[in-house]
Amino acid sequence: MIITVLSGKGGTGKTTVATNLAWVLSQSRKVQLLDADVEEPNDHLFLPPQIEETEPVEMLLPQVDQKACIKCGKCAKVCQFGAISVFKTGVMVFDSLCHGCGACALVCPKNAITEVPKAIGEVKSGKVHERINFSMGILNIGEPSGVKVIRKLKEKIDPSADIVIVDAPPGTSCPVVEALRGSDFALLVTEPTPFGLHDLQMAVELVSEMGIKAGIVVNRDSRGYESVERFSEESDIPILMRIPYDPQIAELYSRGILFSSHLPQWKVEFERLFEKIREMVEA
Amino acid sequence: MIQVAIVSGKGGTGKTTLSAALNLLFEDNVIADCDVDAPNLHLIFQPIKQRSYDYYGGKKAVIDYSKCTSCGVCEKFCRFDAVRRDGDKIVIDPFACEGCGVCVLKCPFEAVKLVESKAGEYYESLASVAQRPMVHAKLKAGEETSGGLVAEVRKTALKFEESGKQLVIIDGAPGIGCPATSSIVGVSYVVIVTEPTVSGLHDLQRIVETVRHYRRNFGVVINKSTINPEKRDEILRYAEKEGIVILGEIPFDPTVNTATINGKSILEYPESPAARSIVRIYEKLKEILKI
Repeated sequence: MIITVLSGKGGTGKTTVATNLAWVLSQSRKVQLLDADVEEPNDHLFLPPQIEETEPVEMLLPQVDQKACIKCGKCAKVCQFGAISVFKTGVMVFDSLCHGCGACALVCPKNAITEVPKAIGEVKSGKVHERINFSMGILNIGEPSGVKVIRKLKEKIDPSADIVIVDAPPGTSCPVVEALRGSDFALLVTEPTPFGLHDLQMAVELVSEMGIKAGIVVNRDSRGYESVERFSEESDIPILMRIPYDPQIAELYSRGILFSSHLPQWKVEFERLFEKIREMVEA
Repeated sequence: MIQVAIVSGKGGTGKTTLSAALNLLFEDNVIADCDVDAPNLHLIFQPIKQRSYDYYGGKKAVIDYSKCTSCGVCEKFCRFDAVRRDGDKIVIDPFACEGCGVCVLKCPFEAVKLVESKAGEYYESLASVAQRPMVHAKLKAGEETSGGLVAEVRKTALKFEESGKQLVIIDGAPGIGCPATSSIVGVSYVVIVTEPTVSGLHDLQRIVETVRHYRRNFGVVINKSTINPEKRDEILRYAEKEGIVILGEIPFDPTVNTATINGKSILEYPESPAARSIVRIYEKLKEILKI
């Protein structure tokens, strides 16, 4: 079963939920944890892995042989991303705009364009302990999009794992879609504030469009703001767990300690959370 | 026009709290919400929309089934896994399609074409809470081109120079990818918000590298600085070693949560420790920006 942890917005507790859930479930099952928040991966700070393998993630960038080029401009015309400009003096490729689709090389009448791999990030894999396999994607600084890194990371999904937990990037744009694709369940982490609710609504819009079953975890629950309850009822997305607004949990987090390993009642809570998810997925 | 961007590397560090307050403290500025993925400033500023613009981020491939023979050539050439076979039919996954047009080029039957796809909207508004112009946006869920939408928001904010505005305060996008960099390219000054946690320090180092990559002047604000004194000291040591300006610290203050729940800026609680610290940060910023 693949469970993807989403948040609409960063900082709501996605990493906390993903790492605690992975750790609790790994007490009796084989778990795989994938950190797909490739711009700011943090899971490894809470569940430090022994990294055994590092693989580069590459994309293909066009390289123009200026001698063979006749400056016909077909490559610039076909490029949908404005990544190629043709000047009298030669052809220029703007790497940061290129999506690596290969259209320019396909249309060049003189075969003057070759595609060269360029590293845009990496995927690191290893074990946290015997029952947690871990992989994380890391996007290089200055690279525009983590989608390719996430795609490569998801190739690591191990069908023999009992549970795969994907920690998604924040937001609801295309890297999140890439993280969600193929998931059995979306666990939406929110906090009970107008900001949290607003971003939760956007996340729900996305998972409904993608046809993925979903449930809510309310983090930093302090009551006093009931709109998340109302939204849950209206949209038929159940609240599966609440984590209170608790300075002790915040303090453990700041030191990189999983609160479920320190406060034993939370082992039971996370097991219960998983039971509810399992029931919903199997229904 | 002076442009100041507030960024954080990661969401949830208090970027919106700080940028809402700074937007209120500065006078006569333009408010720009560049967190187009999960915009929140409108919840505080209650903007009244005056103009809406459609944002077309890119194109998507569409199949004309009266011509398609399901030959699968497009599937072979697509590098984004956006084409798949569903029974006898070839279908395009609009979420995965990047609109590059390779399928259009390779289709032997001219059965695929690219169509413009609306990816979101952006707005010119009047912030009813602060009585000043505000530019903000909404990206459709699942869209990819948020960097382009951020650029549109910033361009629209700059138009207010004609009406005498000299300053734009930008609530930046989280992360270090395209929307985040699109929030900081060419700005006059970047304010990085961090918090004293293991992940906070890790993310701070990534965003500092990113801001340096784009050669922007910047300073750091440590939010919730009292939750972990050791980590706070570690951030200060890191800043000293790297020659990074610390603009100020905001102590952990439950009033911030109260303000957020009520959809208000922390400045509405002027006696709170957080509001007082932000006013000091504002004074320091004014000195740095010479305004």
